[in-house]
Amino acid sequence: MAAGKLREPTAVKAVLIGVAVAYVAFMLLLPLGAVLTEAFRRGWALWAAAISAPDSRAAIKLTFIVAAISVPLNTVFGIAAAWAISKFDFRGKTALTTLIDLPFSVSPVVSGLVFVLLFGAAGWFGPWLDANGIRIIFALPGLVLATMFVTFPFVARQLIPLMTLQGRAEEEAALTLGASGFQTFWRVTLPNIRFGLLYGVLLCNARAMGEFGAVSVVSGHIRGETNTMPLQVEALYNDYDFVAAFALASLLTLLALVTLGLKSALEWRHRDELAARH
Amino acid sequence: MSSAVLGRRHAQLPGFGLSLGITILWLSLIVLIPLSAVFMRSASDGLGTFARAAFSERAVAAYRLSFGAAAIAAAVNCVFGLLVAWVLVRYRFVGRKMLSAVIDLPFALPTAVAGIALTALYADTGLIGGALAKAGVAIAYKPAGVVVALIFIGLPFVVRTLEPVLADLSSETEEASLTLGATRLQTFFRVILPTIAPALATGFALAFARGAGEYGSVIFIAGNMPFKSEIAPLLIITQLEEYDYSGAAAIACVMLLISFAILLLLNQIEHWQSRRLV
Repeated sequence: MAAGKLREPTAVKAVLIGVAVAYVAFMLLLPLGAVLTEAFRRGWALWAAAISAPDSRAAIKLTFIVAAISVPLNTVFGIAAAWAISKFDFRGKTALTTLIDLPFSVSPVVSGLVFVLLFGAAGWFGPWLDANGIRIIFALPGLVLATMFVTFPFVARQLIPLMTLQGRAEEEAALTLGASGFQTFWRVTLPNIRFGLLYGVLLCNARAMGEFGAVSVVSGHIRGETNTMPLQVEALYNDYDFVAAFALASLLTLLALVTLGLKSALEWRHRDELAARH
Repeated sequence: MSSAVLGRRHAQLPGFGLSLGITILWLSLIVLIPLSAVFMRSASDGLGTFARAAFSERAVAAYRLSFGAAAIAAAVNCVFGLLVAWVLVRYRFVGRKMLSAVIDLPFALPTAVAGIALTALYADTGLIGGALAKAGVAIAYKPAGVVVALIFIGLPFVVRTLEPVLADLSSETEEASLTLGATRLQTFFRVILPTIAPALATGFALAFARGAGEYGSVIFIAGNMPFKSEIAPLLIITQLEEYDYSGAAAIACVMLLISFAILLLLNQIEHWQSRRLV
């Protein structure tokens, strides 16, 4: 390669790098810093008090419960969808893949609204649910449904390109050698996709725990009962209790930073296996 | 590949019916049936009610803000996203991996946290807002605040879409262009930019679609005044709180149709791109 000619002069290069870094620092890092500064503005004691307030603790617990239900369900779905789409040929495969990605192009608020239209007091099943004493909206099931809708594509869209690229030769070899279908999946497919799977689950979980718009519509905002962490942040913020709002937000920021760290580590170590993402 | 070979392969790998069954069942229950509720609701209300709610003066003002701000933010992200992607792909410098990891922050950080952080920065008591206030410029609680939040949210869409395309760019055409006497800048605008145009359009559409439906990061900084700084997703929530399900469904309907149009456009760009590569 005539490398010399293809490169910009060092000065131009330095300016471009400088502007890019400055822009990212200004647009992305400054808000990150703002959360942490605001959270610790009044010192550790108030931060700790805000985190351990009963409503905050309830919100943290609820966030984990919602994620603990919706992430595994979407993981099982993602594996099933990727298995069907990547290992077999059938009509309508492209359409199915597009439909799986659909929740990504729906506004979070609309994602919550759909469940209110179905299960809300004036929704399709509202009167029936009411008569039978079942609560979905303004309760845990609604939060789980809205979260599942929003995080629906994460695992599947990570696995589909990866498993398509890997093909089916290894699985066929295992079956020919006498392995059962389950053994083949467990011993051949799963080890091949484990890092891609982990990557998908990681992103799915981050979104599940941080989701705001969709759960905001279905939650009813009952403190200590149906407020997840992001919703409790909003509630505290609207009370002008900024220290507490930012303290709880700093926990979510920690979650984001851990997610980013793990994600980057996966990308650096297992680049090959993740390369098939689109 | 002949169909005979494919046919034999089908017979060998197990689990097609089960995995496709789970996929279709789950997709229908969590995504398709709930989404159809929006359209059914609007359809059952009749055209008159739908049109009154969907195109009321207040709703139209909200669409204008949501889609207008999303378009401006996506355009800004195209410029700076291209710069960041270029720097990440073309140059090796200290902190490059860090910069790359930070780009995904808006994906990982819960939107409510981003919202209160940006508000803290851009309010006139904040670091940036304070400085701007002295110059007589206000961003928070104005439509400009919506744009700032959407710039934050949209950056990774453009960067991540452009990176692989820039990395795959063959150096031969660039070399040819330089050999034929074009300057580096001419080469960029005449050779590189047209090649990456589809990817840039995809990045724009992704950032635009996300921005138009965005809720969490926007509501804290927007001001939320009807007709002025009220985004469409917030109007949906307002209607729901007044138990106006029809009004909420009508606005959601309009937003969904626009999202689907963008999705179709994206598929078209991909199709066009793959044809160009062949």
